[in-house]
Amino acid sequence: MTTMHAPLTGLLDVERVAADFPILSRTVRNGNRLVYLDSGATSQKPVSVLDAEREFYTRHNAAVHRGAHLLAEEATDAYEGARERIAALIGAHTRELVFTKNATEAINLVAYSFSNATAKAQHGRPLPEGAERFILKPGDEIVVTEMEHHANLVPWQEVCDKTGAVLRWIGVDDDGRLDLDDPVHGLDAVLGERTRVVALTHQSNVLGTVTPARRIAAAAHAVGALVVLDACQSVPHMPVDVTTLGADFLAFSGHKMLGPSGIGVLWGRYELLDSMPPFLSGGSMIEVVRMEGSTFAPPPQRFEAGVPMAAQAVGLGAAVDYLNAITSADGALTGLDAVAAHEHALTVYALEALADLPGVRVVGPVDSESRGSAVSFLVDGVHAHDVGQVLDDRGVEVRVGHHCAWPLHRRFGVAATTRATFYVYNGTRDVDDLVAAVRHAQAFFGVAGGAAS
Amino acid sequence: MNLESLYQEIILDHYKHPRGRGLRDPYAVEVHHVNPTCGDELTVRVELDGDTVTDVSYDGQGCSISQASASVLFEQLVGHSITEDLAVTDEFVALMQGRGQVEPDEEVLGDAVAFAGVAKYPARVKCALLAWMAWKDAVSQAVASQTPEVAP
Repeated sequence: MTTMHAPLTGLLDVERVAADFPILSRTVRNGNRLVYLDSGATSQKPVSVLDAEREFYTRHNAAVHRGAHLLAEEATDAYEGARERIAALIGAHTRELVFTKNATEAINLVAYSFSNATAKAQHGRPLPEGAERFILKPGDEIVVTEMEHHANLVPWQEVCDKTGAVLRWIGVDDDGRLDLDDPVHGLDAVLGERTRVVALTHQSNVLGTVTPARRIAAAAHAVGALVVLDACQSVPHMPVDVTTLGADFLAFSGHKMLGPSGIGVLWGRYELLDSMPPFLSGGSMIEVVRMEGSTFAPPPQRFEAGVPMAAQAVGLGAAVDYLNAITSADGALTGLDAVAAHEHALTVYALEALADLPGVRVVGPVDSESRGSAVSFLVDGVHAHDVGQVLDDRGVEVRVGHHCAWPLHRRFGVAATTRATFYVYNGTRDVDDLVAAVRHAQAFFGVAGGAAS
Repeated sequence: MNLESLYQEIILDHYKHPRGRGLRDPYAVEVHHVNPTCGDELTVRVELDGDTVTDVSYDGQGCSISQASASVLFEQLVGHSITEDLAVTDEFVALMQGRGQVEPDEEVLGDAVAFAGVAKYPARVKCALLAWMAWKDAVSQAVASQTPEVAP
């Protein structure tokens, strides 16, 4: 019983790509081939990224932006060179690109700008020009969505608790799209003159839904609110251009886009960054320090206190180079366009294969329109943890649980889902192995739809 | 190491046919525990008669390991003294945290020995321990609330 599937176009030459990732050649439990379907949590790293980090440490290592010796010069050039390449990837100016530990820290940086500006204003302490935009009053409103990762939800709850602001949210419909026309949790119902921030994901890490960021940003700007976009699942997977997106801030993590862990990015419009008080403070973010008080460096240095993670930035720069050079098997597309086309084809293939499985239900859009490659699903009668365990036994490594989006799971009335996420090194064979393993899980737990294999 | 060593028949049987499931009255203390990494949750009620554990009732949702563990706990603990039950609990916790190096004592653990394989899967240890941590919390609270009456 097979359905006729449309031929897939736009795929990468997966075998060639996978050869660049040393970890993919290892075996896992029971000598199985590693089928890595958890790139939404963290991606694997190509050898060029590993080499770039190693090259930095073996040739150029020094504390950047300090010292006048040759190594300090080379290290600083490598670090700032990485900033240029990463900025170029998203159409940004280098001075608008702040390095952080990860996207969580990047979002916290923006969130703390609000609570810090509010606290300083209450005591009449100095603030940068234009900081009024970051001072919150009790009753001001911060808007998020019900599909946020905890990283773009909890920091805003914290800001509300510190300032008396009120958290509101845009709801999610049964298909896993933002319910923008809902009378209670829709865009018009939630946005108003007290809205100061709209923080939303660009692509759901659970549902794969790509949100209409531009439309929401326009509505937010119409009421004078700032827009913070969690781009963790978009920047690694599709072309993103901050000049046309409408967002004021954009956060993403390096480790989800073939880069090292320990490096994330906050992009912000310069005049906004320039009007924000510091987040972490200490060395190298200052202008003048006296015992009586200090003044601060312009962005991005204002937000990069302490010796930065230079090797990781260099590694992320190499990851950007890798992504830019990637080419579809037919040679028609390059860079993030090729990545997006590849993942789109794989997602279509996976959604069709899962739809053919009795007893399996996808949580999230089942059509591939405005949809990324995160595919979360339920297996009737088998808890996600148990699904994941059987999959793992066959080398298929997926994420199980609530994927740091607990309210979203509650919205769908489920405690946990099984999630497969795809990236440049995954092919249809991986999807086939996933599907076979899910059938095996059904058989193992004796539920309908299973087939022994 | 294979799936069957993790999902022993006893575990699957307790999962599909849980013993003593459902919250009952009367009870001395009720606690609600969650596993924040996966969202599994369990409500546990404990009823005591002096030093005897007369009931442990529970309800919740989660994976086969966490739910079967609650069912085994019910069978092993109800009708025994608090002291005995805490000894079983300590033995079970030691087994779970032993990374597969602890030899289980079937005399003490009964059906709970079936969870020995779980100890080799660190990510699942918390699932197996959810009910036991909840029960331990509940019985501690119940004992603490009894103390004023017992003391002269």
